Amino acid sequence: MSPEQNHSTPFGRRSFLRASGTVAAAGFLAACGGNTGRGGSTGGKAISQWYHQYGEAGTQQAALRYAKAYTKADVSVQWIPGDYASKLSSGLVSSNGPDVFEFHPDVQMAKSGQIVPLDDIIADVKSDFTDKDLAANSVDGKVYGIRMIDDPQFLYYRKSLLEKAGVQPPTTFDELIDASRKLDKGGVKGLYLGLKAGSDILASPLVWATGSELLTADHKVAFDTPATVEGLKKMRELYTSKTLLLGAPTDWFDPSAFIQGLTAMQWCGLWAMPGIQKALGDDFGIVPLPGIGSTGRPVVYNGGWSTYVSAKAKDVDAAKAFVKWLWIEQTKLQEDWCTSYGFHIPPRKSLAAKATKLQSGTAAEAVKLFGTNGHYDDPYWTQAMMTISQDMVNNAVVSGKNPESEVAKARTRVEAELKKIA
Amino acid sequence: MTTTTTGGARPGATAPPGPAAKAKAKARHDGHGVRGSTRTFWLFAGPFLAGLLLFVYVPVGWSFYLSLFQAQNTVAPTKFVGLDNYADILTEGPFTDSLWTFTLFALIVVPLTYVLALALALLVHRISVARAFFRSVFFIPTACSYVVASMVWKLSIFNGVRFGLANTVLGWFGIEPIAWIGTVSPPWYWMVLVTLRLWLQLGFYMILFLAALQQIPKELYEAAWTDGARPGWQTFRHITLPQLRTTSVAVVLLMLIAAYQAFDEFYNLLPNTPYARPPLVYLYYTALGQGQDFGHGSAGALVLSALITMVTLLQGRIFGFGKADR
Repeated sequence: MSPEQNHSTPFGRRSFLRASGTVAAAGFLAACGGNTGRGGSTGGKAISQWYHQYGEAGTQQAALRYAKAYTKADVSVQWIPGDYASKLSSGLVSSNGPDVFEFHPDVQMAKSGQIVPLDDIIADVKSDFTDKDLAANSVDGKVYGIRMIDDPQFLYYRKSLLEKAGVQPPTTFDELIDASRKLDKGGVKGLYLGLKAGSDILASPLVWATGSELLTADHKVAFDTPATVEGLKKMRELYTSKTLLLGAPTDWFDPSAFIQGLTAMQWCGLWAMPGIQKALGDDFGIVPLPGIGSTGRPVVYNGGWSTYVSAKAKDVDAAKAFVKWLWIEQTKLQEDWCTSYGFHIPPRKSLAAKATKLQSGTAAEAVKLFGTNGHYDDPYWTQAMMTISQDMVNNAVVSGKNPESEVAKARTRVEAELKKIA
Repeated sequence: MTTTTTGGARPGATAPPGPAAKAKAKARHDGHGVRGSTRTFWLFAGPFLAGLLLFVYVPVGWSFYLSLFQAQNTVAPTKFVGLDNYADILTEGPFTDSLWTFTLFALIVVPLTYVLALALALLVHRISVARAFFRSVFFIPTACSYVVASMVWKLSIFNGVRFGLANTVLGWFGIEPIAWIGTVSPPWYWMVLVTLRLWLQLGFYMILFLAALQQIPKELYEAAWTDGARPGWQTFRHITLPQLRTTSVAVVLLMLIAAYQAFDEFYNLLPNTPYARPPLVYLYYTALGQGQDFGHGSAGALVLSALITMVTLLQGRIFGFGKADR
């Protein structure tokens, strides 16, 4: 072996650098093309699409499959667990954000130019979307988001446990408190409203259930009513009954606590219904959040997600073309997304009418309740305002602070937020 | 033919340097040395200083600039608002509430960590068998991620349902399950937060105390015993504790700053609940999580930095940080 050969061992400097460079380049290329599931290039256009982590099995694979099926650009899917809102927020203000992403309607994003209007791609099928879905994604008359799924939320209850306790499904808030008390026995709690005792997810529905609104049609504070104060007091009564399940392993959006028999009733969404059916058969039913007080009304909260195109997308037109392809043209894929994993109501009226899995049993009841009692997010009720109202409910209900002053404080803070978007 | 070499330098040979030449050479040599050292200094310190400038001081400066503007959904200023962001932050409630949260947290965690870490160090210092083993055992939790530890605390030990570890133990004594992170009255969530931090941090501070204990000369104890002091509390009170003064000041300072920076356990155990929201969690949600309000976020971050600086200086003043041991 010559000295030269000796220097060329696998541990030699040049070899090491060469090998490291190859590995780094391979890693870089792998990262660039990660999660596309695609073998070859598609003309150089690349689109980054972000989803939050859905809980239903098969959704991530479905998202990857849709991305792979698109032939006019390489679509890379980022499946983001945990705090999706924060990751998205930092992504959108930097240059490392998504081109296409799912989120909730928010006027700030439209007014600050983070997202682009999508009127041109939705124009041909606009009438096939419900007016409420369009309104929820519209700012100043322009449509900024294409609704992907409608996710009604309600109270699930175990029929057998209610029968055993001699309790009827609650139709008023007082009945709900009473039912929760009667069902709280034998190691099974009466009701589960999540890790924050409902102060997060029920912050808006609670106001609606009293007959009040969050904002007026011309975007002014509307929730500071005696009815809201009454609603907070009733919610406090429910909390202090000590019949709520608190500190469960998973939050309200996961039906595990209900399925495992830790609670007799739980607030959850339609998406969880296939899992609940599989675990409990027909031993469950659903009711809206009951109305509170004399002006009250039952509430089914419509969560759901919409797709947006970032104004910072590498190629906005290419991103819009992909959104049009996936969420406007590919009705089969939309139906698959809405009904093959968890249950969601397709936002397109024509698709909703054809969704056979939602036309019988409790799923059909859910669609009916959604139609009669559905409440949608207002794009002018921003993420910051949501936090304010959640603080209001948490302080009044969990911490037991004075509800009148909490409502007044929340009003001041929401008005300050409204000034920012005026 | 021969060449006479006596009395003359050979052609081409260098003459021995005189005193003036020596001084010149020395100066030249020293100059090279200084320049060489300076170059080496900048070579090694330069990247660090550039990083510090680029990733710390420029963002802090930008943050101050941003705090004087409305900057909603953008890190570029949009409208000059002067000190309005500061006024909002200090009067709107959630931020000032968050200051109380971390003050309470610091008041519980700092003394507890100090006492327990010192006690642990004294124990480990005294034992003669398997000392290295015990040091490692107590130090290992320091290597654990706050997120992972939070999940273990939340899902396993302090799970609020009947099969949580703590609730299982309570069940043996006929006590009803406690919703550890779900109840405010009584505030059981403090038990979860504090035990988690103790478990994660005790080992680190124990090592600091252990290093300081090993530096105390044995002669001091022998002299004290000769003078009639009894081993135990008396020598601890009059020898050990005074000798640990410098370490104690540093440890308390570190613990206090770590308490101010509390984020991970609050974020993972009690995400964004107003009754358990320290300043960093508040600022995180204001600037990034939901609000995307970088003007308010920057103002809050600077107020928090100023507070930490003030408390640190005050603490240094009170405890005489930097003074020589007597």
